[in-house]
Amino acid sequence: MRGYLRPDGRVGIRNRVLVLPTVGCANHVAARIADAVPGCVTLPNSKGCGQVGTGIQIMRRCLVNLTQNPNVAATLLVGLGCETTRPYELLESIKQLSGKPVEILTIQECGGSVNAIACGTEIARGLVVRAAHAERPALDLSQIVLGTNCGGSDATSGLAANPVIGVVSDAVVKSGGAVMLGETTELIGTEDILAARAGTDSVARDILGIVHGLEAEFDGAHVDVRGANPSPGNMKGGLSTLEEKALGGIVKGGTSPITEVVGYGEIPSQKGLVIMDTPGYDIESISGMIAGGAQAILFSTGRGTPIGNQLVPIIKVTGNDEVASSMGDNIDFDASPAIVGEHTISGLGSALLDLLEQVCDGASTKAETLGFNDFSIYHNQELWCTCGQR
Amino acid sequence: MSARALRVSRTDDVVMAMEDISQGDKVDVVDKDGSVVAHIKAIANIPRFHKIALQNIKAGSPVRKYGEIIGIATANIHVGGYVHVHNIESAWTRRNS
Repeated sequence: MRGYLRPDGRVGIRNRVLVLPTVGCANHVAARIADAVPGCVTLPNSKGCGQVGTGIQIMRRCLVNLTQNPNVAATLLVGLGCETTRPYELLESIKQLSGKPVEILTIQECGGSVNAIACGTEIARGLVVRAAHAERPALDLSQIVLGTNCGGSDATSGLAANPVIGVVSDAVVKSGGAVMLGETTELIGTEDILAARAGTDSVARDILGIVHGLEAEFDGAHVDVRGANPSPGNMKGGLSTLEEKALGGIVKGGTSPITEVVGYGEIPSQKGLVIMDTPGYDIESISGMIAGGAQAILFSTGRGTPIGNQLVPIIKVTGNDEVASSMGDNIDFDASPAIVGEHTISGLGSALLDLLEQVCDGASTKAETLGFNDFSIYHNQELWCTCGQR
Repeated sequence: MSARALRVSRTDDVVMAMEDISQGDKVDVVDKDGSVVAHIKAIANIPRFHKIALQNIKAGSPVRKYGEIIGIATANIHVGGYVHVHNIESAWTRRNS
């Protein structure tokens, strides 16, 4: 495997110039610039203005950290000019993080969108030319931060897809790399089990803190997130308890000790198995991991989910043989032979690790080939109107 | 030919039926590498993907799968028996409800 060396010593598996809108009002201009220059990618902004409190903090943190993802060679910030994220302050924060090239324009200063697209296209072209000269060192798994996520789960997810991903997670950690486990809602019921696997007491407290904190928020909002968990359908599929159901999800992180808990979109300081506090909605969960520096993501799906991203390859794994064939254009890896007993979980884990290495070495995922580019930064609930609910 | 059940982790008390199993069937227990690690006899009908006891479990004892405690036995369970909501319950739900 060969990667792309960045000024901070980290190594990317893609070499993209990120055209990053700092507010939703700049999404169209950013998309037109990225479309005009091969080698660019844009990640749409789900908000960026009209945000207060932790919502704006999370947005700013994610925008800054996104530029440091090793798959990003350079960044062009595209602002409107008057947004809450304050694009010029973002620029200064980014410059302090590493020597990676970063440029800026705002639509208001350029004098309209036509001028902004023309000006941005020229800047982006220059950044792509520079990126082409990136050094290509040998890459090994110790330099990888691997995200993991579930979406559209069914009974096969906990039986095949997640255990097979768990084998890969263990291999990455054993090689000295990092693995991210997220989706805090789906950790409920396993918090004591996970805390017992924490590397230090302080990590154990952090694990209990994010799960209990989320439960308290649900209680405060009078939302019963547990419901009747496991559901009648889960029980029919053989799941007896909440712990069993939740363990079927966290098994994708493998069996390593947990080294750190990071907030949404934060960059981990530790290698090994890291928990990121992300929401259950898949696109927001993977977006937090991308901001936190994941270069690739293993994504398990039972019902079949097509999502993908042009900056960070998302490898989709199913344990459902029907979905593997009916959604063959979206599914990268079929783990169902583990269920019928044609192949072992260990054997399929090795095969999935081979696929991950090919993708790290440049092979396109199904979603990359199809042009999927799903991205949405989570913003916690903000009160701006009653939506007619009063 | 024997039926097969998967032991996910070495310390598990329960294994997962990889096909529908009938009372009296001989069951080969395999691990993630496919090696046969035990032979048991089913003493109940067990649907595909549901759990069979790999050993006797006393009422009140923890029940392990994925190498972790998934619940507490609410009745004595015998090796080869069917393990589900009728004889285990969530320790988490008990603690948090």
